[in-house]
Amino acid sequence: MSSNKVIYAIYNDDDVLMDAVKKTRAAHHHIEEVFTPFPVHGLDKAMGIAPTRLAICAFIYGLCGLSFATWMMNNIMISDWPQDIGGKPSFSYIQNMPAFVPVMFEMTVFFAAHLMVITFYMRSRLWPFKEAENPDVRTTDDHFLMEVAVKGDEADMVTFFQNTGAVEVKVIEKH
Amino acid sequence: MYTFSSKLKTLSIVLILLGIFGIGYGFLTAPKNIEDVQKILDAESAHHGGGHHEAAKEAAHEMPKVLPAQQNQSVEKEVAHESEEVVMEAKDTIAVKPLDTVATDSAKVAVANVEHHDGEYAAPAEHHQTEAEAHAEHEDHLKHVLTQLQNKPWAALYVACIFIMLISLGALAFYAIQQVAQAGWSPVLFRVMQGITAYLPVGSVIFFVLLILAGMHYNHLFVWMAEGVTQKGHENYDKLVAAKSGYLNFPFWIIRAAIFLIGWNLYRYFSRKNCLAQDESSDNSFYKKNFKMSATFLVFFIVTESIMSWDWIMSVDPHWFSTLFGWYVFASFFVSGITTIAMVTLYLKSKGYLEFVNNSHIHDLAKFMFGISVFWTYLWFSQFMLIWYADIPEEVTYFWTRIELYNLPFFGAVVMNFVFPILILINSDFKRLTWVVVMAGIVILFGHYVDFFNMIMPGTVGDRWFIGIPEIGSLCFFIGLFILVVFTALTKVPLLAKRNPFIEESKHFHY
Repeated sequence: MSSNKVIYAIYNDDDVLMDAVKKTRAAHHHIEEVFTPFPVHGLDKAMGIAPTRLAICAFIYGLCGLSFATWMMNNIMISDWPQDIGGKPSFSYIQNMPAFVPVMFEMTVFFAAHLMVITFYMRSRLWPFKEAENPDVRTTDDHFLMEVAVKGDEADMVTFFQNTGAVEVKVIEKH
Repeated sequence: MYTFSSKLKTLSIVLILLGIFGIGYGFLTAPKNIEDVQKILDAESAHHGGGHHEAAKEAAHEMPKVLPAQQNQSVEKEVAHESEEVVMEAKDTIAVKPLDTVATDSAKVAVANVEHHDGEYAAPAEHHQTEAEAHAEHEDHLKHVLTQLQNKPWAALYVACIFIMLISLGALAFYAIQQVAQAGWSPVLFRVMQGITAYLPVGSVIFFVLLILAGMHYNHLFVWMAEGVTQKGHENYDKLVAAKSGYLNFPFWIIRAAIFLIGWNLYRYFSRKNCLAQDESSDNSFYKKNFKMSATFLVFFIVTESIMSWDWIMSVDPHWFSTLFGWYVFASFFVSGITTIAMVTLYLKSKGYLEFVNNSHIHDLAKFMFGISVFWTYLWFSQFMLIWYADIPEEVTYFWTRIELYNLPFFGAVVMNFVFPILILINSDFKRLTWVVVMAGIVILFGHYVDFFNMIMPGTVGDRWFIGIPEIGSLCFFIGLFILVVFTALTKVPLLAKRNPFIEESKHFHY
């Protein structure tokens, strides 16, 4: 195959884009990527993208935070130096637990939130000096772009995408 | 139109009958006089053998560990200010110790032995008691146990009655919120909610009768109603209650109750009437009327709900007070109301009556069940932790009695109302599965029954609690009545509102 060639099909309406995505999938063309200026509801389903597991990560991170807070408070307040502070019972963790719950709660939320965000950045390869991967500047404003790998007859594919309501169809050689 | 399935109708009638037998059994087996109590106590001590002294000693040794060490000392200093509960407990222990009778009472030895019922130090007095004094103490103890045991069937009835009535009130509050918020997802469920709130008038009447019976001294559920509590020099005189008698007096209390119940029922009646009128109308005037009425109701509701919680629940412990109690009670029955809506919806859906309800609607209800469960826990913990942390004796006795005497129900309620739902309903896929939502719903509803049990029982029956025939019977009776009334009401009108401005959106709701 010839192929590191891709087609950029550009649309100016999210409904047209959704239809085009469905048609493209039905015609068994492989969609590499879709660029949109805002989240298009249902696009991931139409493209057949697997659901995110970020929530599961967050749950596990939350458990880590809870464990960490429990270990920390137990270590500091009960094991290491069990002082009598204002008569609070520091004989065992459970006896003084109500006083530790605010810490346990906040730590759970802190770990769940921050580690999930970091996971998101890592998985979506986002960082401060990252070079933007935008194929067409208009896609951040008011245009939608679908990138499809060229396989088989190029001209046929171009006609196919023109028929899906694209305002522009480009064939690009990718490096 | 829904037709009441004959099986469900039979079930509800069977529950009602079983409930009546259970309630009747509870009243018939309650002791009539102190001779009966003496027999019960004798039977108990014979049954338990001689293990009480050990138990008492152990309990006494456990004490300092359970609460901060300074607790006992502060109790000693605060003797005069101690709540009546502790005074009662003191009576128990003093009478019990020489006789070696009631094991559970001795759990409170550490608190009790620092004071006498008239404010003297009891610990030394105990050993110098003359026989006549011991006899008088014993009589007092028997009277105290008699009151508790006679309260038991009443309290069982009261808890079940208020809980089931408040479930329909919770559903009504949820319904009003949905109207005012102009929710786009819920209009397909409005008729289900209206069906559930149909129990409110029935429940209110029964509950109001119970309140009047309490006022007519058929029971001792409310200590502040007892004879002579506000009368100086009377043996029942209670300075703290007397100081509150401007608020806690029967006429004012019953008038408040009447206003609250009538107000809620009026809203329910007119809201349903307007909703039905909206079906036949050619414009949205009835919808707008309902909107305004719901907004007004919510204002009325939140004020009356708060006062209601002081009047009907907090006043069984008239020496104790908590500021966020109203919210706490609200969260408890609000989540129960939402859970009931979800369960009735799932039942009707499974019978094929709710064409437009899809699993997104169920997902939303389950999300509310989850969220409000956490909200309940937040208030439960806030109330508990603030009092535990400051450890002021006059406040902390409330939790003291609950942790010592109601340990399993007290912490069990947190497991059922928080730990279980948070682990089950956190998953978005699970919230769409009928069996998961039903299972979580059953646990939540039972958990909140236990929550109300924990609120009422310690102040009325003390350590004499048990979830036995009177409690289960009362619950059966009110559940049966609830099913009968709610599903009869559902047969009266179509299950889908016709001309609600949001009904189309609701039919196509998809999350």
